Amino acid sequence: MMLSDSDITALFLTFKLAAITTCILLIVGTPAAWWLATTRCRFKFIIEGLIALPLVLPPTVLGFYLLITLGPNGPFGKLSEWLGGASLAFTFTGLVIGSVFYSMPFVIQPLQNAFVAVGRRPMEVAATLRASPFDRFCTVALPLAKHGFLTAAVLGFAHTIGEFGVVLMIGGNIPGETQVLSIAIYDHVEALEYTQAHWLSGGLLLLSFLMLMAVYAFNGRLNWGRS
Amino acid sequence: MNNPRLLILISLLLVVVMGASKANSGEIRVAVASNFNEAIRALATGFEDKTGHRVVVIFGSTGKHYAQIKHGAPYDIFLAADKVRPKLLDEEGVAIPSSRFTYAIGQLVLWSPNNKSVVGGLAAIKQKSYRYLALANPKLAPYGEAAREVLQANGLWEELQGKMVKGENVGQAYQFVQSGNAELGFVAYSQVKIKIEAKKGFGWLVPQSLYTPIEQQAVLLSDNPVAHQFISFIRSQESKMLIESFGYRTL
Repeated sequence: MMLSDSDITALFLTFKLAAITTCILLIVGTPAAWWLATTRCRFKFIIEGLIALPLVLPPTVLGFYLLITLGPNGPFGKLSEWLGGASLAFTFTGLVIGSVFYSMPFVIQPLQNAFVAVGRRPMEVAATLRASPFDRFCTVALPLAKHGFLTAAVLGFAHTIGEFGVVLMIGGNIPGETQVLSIAIYDHVEALEYTQAHWLSGGLLLLSFLMLMAVYAFNGRLNWGRS
Repeated sequence: MNNPRLLILISLLLVVVMGASKANSGEIRVAVASNFNEAIRALATGFEDKTGHRVVVIFGSTGKHYAQIKHGAPYDIFLAADKVRPKLLDEEGVAIPSSRFTYAIGQLVLWSPNNKSVVGGLAAIKQKSYRYLALANPKLAPYGEAAREVLQANGLWEELQGKMVKGENVGQAYQFVQSGNAELGFVAYSQVKIKIEAKKGFGWLVPQSLYTPIEQQAVLLSDNPVAHQFISFIRSQESKMLIESFGYRTL
């Protein structure tokens, strides 16, 4: 094995970041996606546009703005200082905030599509059986949308693992705190350590492919079962 | 000529021919280390005005440029941030033999946009009245390497580990300090010379005796006569003075 200690640290940090980001996004994203799927609000498109922004914005743009807003002169930085904390740039928390923004569309959009696919009818049927709205949501909508949750979780996770531009801008390359896998690979390439770069890149490639393949295989089975 | 396809084909051919002739009128591509950004613009403009040739500048990190040049990137000249990569290209036979020379010597500065104490130099660092000290990654960037030498020689490297944030290059280290996320940082004098002179920040020019000179070297990558001309232009006395005015030293 060609991985150094710092590479392994970066590997764990990356998975930790992806796991936490995915959890936060599922918790925040589920009600948001449900609202988007069911609302009749005329201004829905504005929110949808905002959520989809990270799909088209270069991550470096997002990172650059985060660096400014998290800094002591930015609104986020002022807020965290007022709460008695330090600036969030160069911290793991800062990376989580950045990743949540960065991976948001990858979680919310599959969920929204899944909820739309559930449709009104099952919910109305449940209502006639005197299920409360929350009960309807938990016992009818969630089980029917489960493949959407799987897709959302895996895409959010995988997308965060592949994050580079945002971390590059707000990370500061601190081992064990903000030095994630993509940054470690970049450093190896820059320092002409191509062997380590190959090991890490190849491993990441294989892992990402396996993860995505697993999702598609699983989703395929689900769809078969639903005929 | 009532065949639209033929028309399109002919116009395409014309474009290609014109493009080719334009290249002959002397366009060179120069890969440049990001820290040399402003100086190269001034040099390129001077050269263009004098000769009528065009200089296309490609900024980037020296490590990336090196990897791309090795894999056949179409550049005529490489102005690196260090000696290491040009030397490698020389040894690997990618560069034109014996074309390597030092075009600038970078100067390290401890800088802060609003904290006057940095002018005290090492004393300000020892006080530790800051949360973050920014520098370029010593593994990748010569300015980071120089900063590490300064800190190590004064026994500060180990104890400051928790306070250091590293940019991928000196440009990023500067960004960390400029945005206020780090209170002070080791950056290139060329990045902040104008600001310090305009009293828009404070700096301590690190004495050259504390670190190995940051020699930035150039190599020629093609035998394009315009590229040869540009190299001679860079090495001229007036260009040297121009380079020095941007905060570098020259040999």
